[in-house]
Amino acid sequence: MTESIREQADSTDTANTGDQDVSRSGEQKPKLEKQVGLWGDAWRDLRKRPLFIVASIIILLLVVMSAFPWLFTSVDPNEQLLSKARQGPSPEAWFGYDHLGRDVYARVIYGTRSSILVGVLATSLTVVLGSIFGLISGYFGRKTDVLVSRFAEIFLGLPFVLGAIVILSVFNAGITSPSGVRVMSQVVLTIGVLAWPISMRIMRSAAIAAKQQDYVNAAKALGASHSRIIFKHVLPNCIAPVMVYATIALGQMIGLEATLSYLGLGLKAPVVSWGMMISVSQQYIISTPHMLLFPAGFLVITVLAFVMLGDAVRDALDPKQR
Amino acid sequence: MSATDESTGGSTKPRLLEVEDLHVEFRTREATANVLNGVGYHVDAGETLAVLGESGSGKSVTAQSVMGILDTPPGFVTKGAIRYRGEELLAATEDRRRELRGENMAMIFQDALSALNPVYTVGFQIAEQFRFRRGMSRKDAMAKAAEMLDMVKIPNAKQRVKEFPHQFSGGMRQRAMIAMSLALDPDLLIADEPTTALDVTVQAQIMDLLDELRRERGMGMILITHDLGVVAEVADRIAVMYAGRVVEESDAESLYERPAHPYTEGLMESIPRLDQKGEQLASIKGLPPNLANIPEGCPFHPRCHRATDECRRKVPELLELRPGRYSACHFAEELISSE
Repeated sequence: MTESIREQADSTDTANTGDQDVSRSGEQKPKLEKQVGLWGDAWRDLRKRPLFIVASIIILLLVVMSAFPWLFTSVDPNEQLLSKARQGPSPEAWFGYDHLGRDVYARVIYGTRSSILVGVLATSLTVVLGSIFGLISGYFGRKTDVLVSRFAEIFLGLPFVLGAIVILSVFNAGITSPSGVRVMSQVVLTIGVLAWPISMRIMRSAAIAAKQQDYVNAAKALGASHSRIIFKHVLPNCIAPVMVYATIALGQMIGLEATLSYLGLGLKAPVVSWGMMISVSQQYIISTPHMLLFPAGFLVITVLAFVMLGDAVRDALDPKQR
Repeated sequence: MSATDESTGGSTKPRLLEVEDLHVEFRTREATANVLNGVGYHVDAGETLAVLGESGSGKSVTAQSVMGILDTPPGFVTKGAIRYRGEELLAATEDRRRELRGENMAMIFQDALSALNPVYTVGFQIAEQFRFRRGMSRKDAMAKAAEMLDMVKIPNAKQRVKEFPHQFSGGMRQRAMIAMSLALDPDLLIADEPTTALDVTVQAQIMDLLDELRRERGMGMILITHDLGVVAEVADRIAVMYAGRVVEESDAESLYERPAHPYTEGLMESIPRLDQKGEQLASIKGLPPNLANIPEGCPFHPRCHRATDECRRKVPELLELRPGRYSACHFAEELISSE
């Protein structure tokens, strides 16, 4: 930020440096007159970061793709042309056909919706759950911490796939073909319930470090309540590591959805998702690599975009980086 | 301790702050450390009490107990009384104590950089007080914050409220910290080594500022330090602490003239002086006692050059030698009357 240059001016720490200050800041005063908070500052900073701009464009494109897939393709993703099965990329089918003769490009486009939805929702759920428990356990410590940590370890101790099989099969017992929305929300909830301890642990350790800081003591000495200390002083200083985890976790979540779909517990046709495409393609990796490459490529780009976004946001929220 | 009894005497007005026979222990898995063993001191409105002592003598723990921000566990107040304007704080509810913090008593810390939250602007942190304790709007609170920065003589305050703590220099940060503590106009300020992290020229400025603010607002101030030089100019009275108790209390002038406790004597001798250039700097031999295992008798006796058998057996009481002069030493009378 432009203000940072002014830091040199006060290094002498005498009142006389004031004159110098006035003259320099006088020019930019009208622009800074508006009151802005932490997020306002972060936003101003973000707009100038190429990393952020690129990531936002990609994510925006993906969002449009998942909202209006028909804008990008007129082919039905579930139409099977068996005569064209496993044909490579060509002008009429840019990404080629899969083993059942379905257009890979159309399927990738239509798969965006469920993949992004599952990724974003599952990540948000784990991060929110984990952050709340982590904050409580790290800040209050002692018995609360023991209780919450042991509770988290129960979930952490469950092998993910096994846990998911149990949860999903119990809740879908007796229902032969559950609706798409139902399955998707179940998948999201399952991932959330099984994965929150990771972000809880990250948040907890950050909260333990933050609560020992002098500014927490200072806030206490000025009469702040527990909830204000937690939300105003501890949380903003703990959010960065969780944010980094979230951007990485997003890709994992999309992968987990694929795992569940592959086991027949997650999304099912006619719903299309990248995860399903990737898991099907593994039998054809040698003979038909394009079946793997395109959905996997989209997955990589999506994850990359979110990681870049997370990186940029984290930097923008850290005032020392400005 | 007895230090406060007579002077309060018949007057009905209670003291601003009175600490009496305060005992605090730190319980850890291995041992229990007796961090405070009967601390007693008092501060009146408008005066500065300097609390002197080595690291680990219990200066800060006393302050934290007064503020009610002692980490429990490991710290436990086991005995004693802390009275703010006659109100017994150790018996007060947590809500009442929180109400008092900031509003009636405030504290500033040694390292202002870590005592200011790095993610908020300085102005936001000061304004927070006004918004949450006074219910002001964001805009009014910001204006008040700028006023506060102006009060602590930060140049160009209107602009600087929008800056982050790391954009401030050391001295400016401490000023901002002071502004934050004084926002709600408390009448007791505890300054825990406010100048230790600063360089010498800035130290003097901060001390002057604190002294000036104290005078303007008629606050009582407890200045915790281990630096006798810092104290000399601003303190009205001095309490010297050793191993969790006050070993000497006196008005500043008399104490500098003739300390009435060998420990204070040792502290004074260990100040470097220009006329002793080339000579070896005096120091107090030995280390402060292990608080989990304080020696019997006078806790200072293993390091004291006057120690006798009596000192090894009997704990000296804090006795008044002259009006306003207290010392806890078996030889206090000798010390004070010797040339």
